[in-house]
Amino acid sequence: MEVDRADGRNPNQLRPLACSCSILHRAHGSASWSQGFRFIQTSHFYHFNLFVFTSKCYFCYWVGSGDTKVLAAVYGPKAGTKKNENPEKASIEVIWKPRTGQIGKPEKEYEIILKRTLQSICILTINPNTTTSVIIQVVHDDGALLPCAINAACAALVDAGIPMKHLAVAICCCSAESGYCILDPTKLEEQKMKGFAYLVFPNSILSVLPEGSSLVQGEPMEHGIITSVTHGAMSVDDYFHCLERGRAASAKLSDFLRRSLQSKLPGDLSKAE
Amino acid sequence: MGLPNASEDLSSEMEVDAFRRLFPLRYFERHLAESIRPDARSLSRARNTTISMGAVASADGSALAKIGSTTMLAAIKMEVMTPSLESPDEGCVSIDFHMPPICSPLVRPGRPAEAAPVVAKQLSDTISSSGMINLKELSLVGGKAAWMVYLDIYCLDADGALFDAALLSAVAAFSNLQIPTVSLDDGKIVMLPEEQKEENSEKEPVNKEKRKLTLGGIPFSLTCILHKNYILADPTSEEESIMETLVTVVLDSSNQLVSLYKPGGAVLAYTSAVQDCIALTRQRVKELHQILEEAISGMEID
Repeated sequence: MEVDRADGRNPNQLRPLACSCSILHRAHGSASWSQGFRFIQTSHFYHFNLFVFTSKCYFCYWVGSGDTKVLAAVYGPKAGTKKNENPEKASIEVIWKPRTGQIGKPEKEYEIILKRTLQSICILTINPNTTTSVIIQVVHDDGALLPCAINAACAALVDAGIPMKHLAVAICCCSAESGYCILDPTKLEEQKMKGFAYLVFPNSILSVLPEGSSLVQGEPMEHGIITSVTHGAMSVDDYFHCLERGRAASAKLSDFLRRSLQSKLPGDLSKAE
Repeated sequence: MGLPNASEDLSSEMEVDAFRRLFPLRYFERHLAESIRPDARSLSRARNTTISMGAVASADGSALAKIGSTTMLAAIKMEVMTPSLESPDEGCVSIDFHMPPICSPLVRPGRPAEAAPVVAKQLSDTISSSGMINLKELSLVGGKAAWMVYLDIYCLDADGALFDAALLSAVAAFSNLQIPTVSLDDGKIVMLPEEQKEENSEKEPVNKEKRKLTLGGIPFSLTCILHKNYILADPTSEEESIMETLVTVVLDSSNQLVSLYKPGGAVLAYTSAVQDCIALTRQRVKELHQILEEAISGMEID
């Protein structure tokens, strides 16, 4: 079954990605991550030749699917931890700021998922008894919000120089009837589809080790799931199908993340001198 | 002469206890290497599970579910409301999850538990995506009146696998639910107490007798801990605090995957581990289905 996507993408196509680091001056590290561009096209016009009159309409409309954009800021490591935290480990707190209004249950859930995900990629034993705050500001939400926030938070943590085991790349896969699967859905597609899964994988590693040496249980390290959150019922096979597609896409995503983080590296080094 | 022996016994007992407190991970790993857990369960075995229906007399449907010592009390209260304009012929389900300070030493009075809103959100997601409840069935008069279902789940004892127990109690409460009788009085919906049914016969009854909700695919869940290559089903809170990678799989009765929830954790889940978790959940779904059916039939005999 082929599903036509409103923005003309093919099923495996992600929206254009954009990532910029160090955009906030007061934060120790910050990044913005956006999936999709919003641009206006005004050159289209339509002629309606009717019996009596000819009207020329200029249409001004959103082309593409809109974008999801998230801003992440990292403060820390700051001295002291919150109560009930382990004094032998660094703690991470996540504060989620929605675009409008107060935070509700969904945002609370995002906070916890993001916190647990970041905890599993950061090396917490290096700065014990400190707190690192990650603040997520949603700028625009058009589907795949949580993956977008995880990618932004990850870039911001790198920007702040927080020690990490590896990066995390997040992707959203939608599953339709009959095992059809699309990547990086817009909000409309998320609502329309049978089910979707937010998947987070480790980034692919560039290493000089011989191929196969980093295999865990017969699979490369980057195929392990850090986080998986699903909505809507799907068959087990559909889930594994999503997993496969997500892994393929996460390789591309991690290349992009690496490229955008590398480009800021020389400047960082000169700052350090 | 018996005294030194007794103290020796005590000291050896103390040592195990001290070892458990000082090196909890080592303590557990020593057990896991022998394929057993400190509470004498095998790794893939869930704790004893019981359901008792109708635990709250004043509610329209209620159930008390216990998995090991994790205890959840679920109660449903129904109210008549005006449906929203977007879905005029649908009712509404609102789910709340409470963790009072009595449930765990980690929950302090005055400070709400961090886990509570997350479990509540997970529950409402699971119940809506499993399609267990047909919201159209909750409609009374199209566009005018529909049922608002308030499901409240109280955690009485939090000893691990909170979501599993909460979902089980929710499902049991829904299968215990009796929709009350109401009648239409001058365009207004009035709840009828049972004894007045005959007197108010001139009023137009909307639903004549108490009926049960037909449940679609019933979701059941199993939480597993991933630690190294071990998979531990149905963890206690002690296990959850020591080994932090949790995977919750929800399957419905037709083995559709309703949710696969893994919020981070130090251990990465590879395909084989995910498959093992799903296989364990399949077994558990069968067990839970039987337990639920027994509880329902036990209720009918009463």
